[in-house]
Amino acid sequence: MSAVEEVVTEAPAVEAVPKRAMTLGTGTSLLVLAALIIMPIFVKNFIIFQMTMLLIYGLAVLALNILTGGSGQFSLGQSAFYAVGAYTTAVLMEHFEVNYALTLPIAGIVCFGFGFLFGQPALRLSGVYLALATFALATAMPQLLKLNFLEHWTGGVQGLVVTKPDAPFGLKMSQDMWLYYFSLVVVIGIYLLAVNLLRSRSGRAFMAIRDNEIAASAMGVDVALYKTLAFGVSAAITGIAGSLGAIAVQFVAPDSYTITLAVSLFLGMVVGGVGWLPGSIVGAAFIIFVPNIAEGISKGLSGAVFGVLLFLVIYLVPHGARQVAILGQQLAGKLRKN
Amino acid sequence: MTQAQLAQGTSPLLAVRDVSVVFGGIVALNGVSFDMHKGQILGLIGPNGAGKTTLFNCLSRLYQPSSGDILMEGASILSRPPHRIAEIGIGRTFQNVALFPNLSVMDNVRVGAHSKTSSDIISDSLRLAWVRRSETHVNKKVHEILAYLKLEDVAHTVVSGLPFGTQKRVELARALAADPKILLLDEPAGGLNHEEVYVLGDLIRRIRDERHMTVLLVEHHMGLVMSIADHVVALNFGKKLAEGTPAQVQVDPDVIKAYLGSKDQ
Repeated sequence: MSAVEEVVTEAPAVEAVPKRAMTLGTGTSLLVLAALIIMPIFVKNFIIFQMTMLLIYGLAVLALNILTGGSGQFSLGQSAFYAVGAYTTAVLMEHFEVNYALTLPIAGIVCFGFGFLFGQPALRLSGVYLALATFALATAMPQLLKLNFLEHWTGGVQGLVVTKPDAPFGLKMSQDMWLYYFSLVVVIGIYLLAVNLLRSRSGRAFMAIRDNEIAASAMGVDVALYKTLAFGVSAAITGIAGSLGAIAVQFVAPDSYTITLAVSLFLGMVVGGVGWLPGSIVGAAFIIFVPNIAEGISKGLSGAVFGVLLFLVIYLVPHGARQVAILGQQLAGKLRKN
Repeated sequence: MTQAQLAQGTSPLLAVRDVSVVFGGIVALNGVSFDMHKGQILGLIGPNGAGKTTLFNCLSRLYQPSSGDILMEGASILSRPPHRIAEIGIGRTFQNVALFPNLSVMDNVRVGAHSKTSSDIISDSLRLAWVRRSETHVNKKVHEILAYLKLEDVAHTVVSGLPFGTQKRVELARALAADPKILLLDEPAGGLNHEEVYVLGDLIRRIRDERHMTVLLVEHHMGLVMSIADHVVALNFGKKLAEGTPAQVQVDPDVIKAYLGSKDQ
């Protein structure tokens, strides 16, 4: 008897924000969008490439945010889904000469299936145990990709080289710039779909499960189904990020998708604010740029410097970018009053 | 009572038949049977550890009885998983309030309508026309319930910050959102003050009369049970001690010995 009651009153695993606060206001969104559209015109190709990676990692962090912030399930295995997406695109493009844009939805579907299936055993686990199970998946993935009998397709340890697409319709645009805009459209499209999803009946079911599984079940929410769906959706989006990543980097190899990537994405989610979707891009910026900054401060001890910077962020703004955004909003409100 | 007379002729809405629950070596429920008729408020009473919550959890399918059966409109509910209880018209509230703390009042109540609606992740992501229609319908229903329970002012407030009494009303609103035939209330008066209990009793009766629901009330507060229940079932040590109108149960010597005698009421 007490077991049930304990579960009923147990605090949710993730302290999350209410749905209303999961997105930005229209004005701010348009401002950010305008900045993202205009920026590449003024910068060098290498920076455009880095911005493309920012979008791609942002998408991967968003996917984790739906899983953890939305349905309350942890994952340290996102690198595995990212790898499956990347390899799906690489294999389809190089072996079957499929158009790069078409490989994205295919990677999404493949990863949805993979995530949904992985979600089945994950149903029996929660909290840190689930994190450990996904950790095992992330550790296994590079080795699976190196397997001999898959070598014909995956290129084994060597990996596969992916051809970078040219801008279509005779647009006078560098490959990097085209890929940036292509990624931007994909990322914004998925962001909008994700916002819709979290605001819908399914999204409410995710969040109900996150907050209280027993109560959710009593309201008719099929907890097992929605938990695996959350895994599937998260894996699909991560897979699409992996596809874009493969095209942008022009190369896939097993050791690009180790547990380090999964941990980075997890870190990006925490820095961006768990459950706050716009924070995903801030989290992605952190995991891409802060290591470079750390290296600039000290080449030999870059890891330690990164650690200190990370500590500072967690200490000063434990709720990540979301907290900064709320503070900014309050400040703006005060200024307006004066 | 007309209610009871009406009930005698018809088959019960919910029938508990010889239900036993054994945990390890402990018999939590021992062959309990009773009927619930449409429109009744049935009070389930008994001292701590009598098996009230165990029975309640059998009804919401969190526990599987070791023997016996529970019939809803003649059909057994025991093969249904917990999430398929809401759809046959059984709604519930929880003893210690089990809301979704990070969601707003409105969203909590909207989750309550989950079993009454359908959707899939693709239609939801694309906000297809039929999904939007269904959401509009749900919102209308939710607003009606919030108005009914005077929760409109806090509709957009996150529930974790609300006072306990208000949270209890939100839980009731969430249960009402599915239009259940039977409303299972697990100690609704727990933690409420004297005046709040009085208001609650009135509200439960209104819900029964105006929303045509049947109520199973598991309650410690004898005053509340005796004032609003049509029919009372008393449990002790997992067995049914007595059953009847509040007046009959109140004077039952076994009940007085087991329960009423221990409290000065």
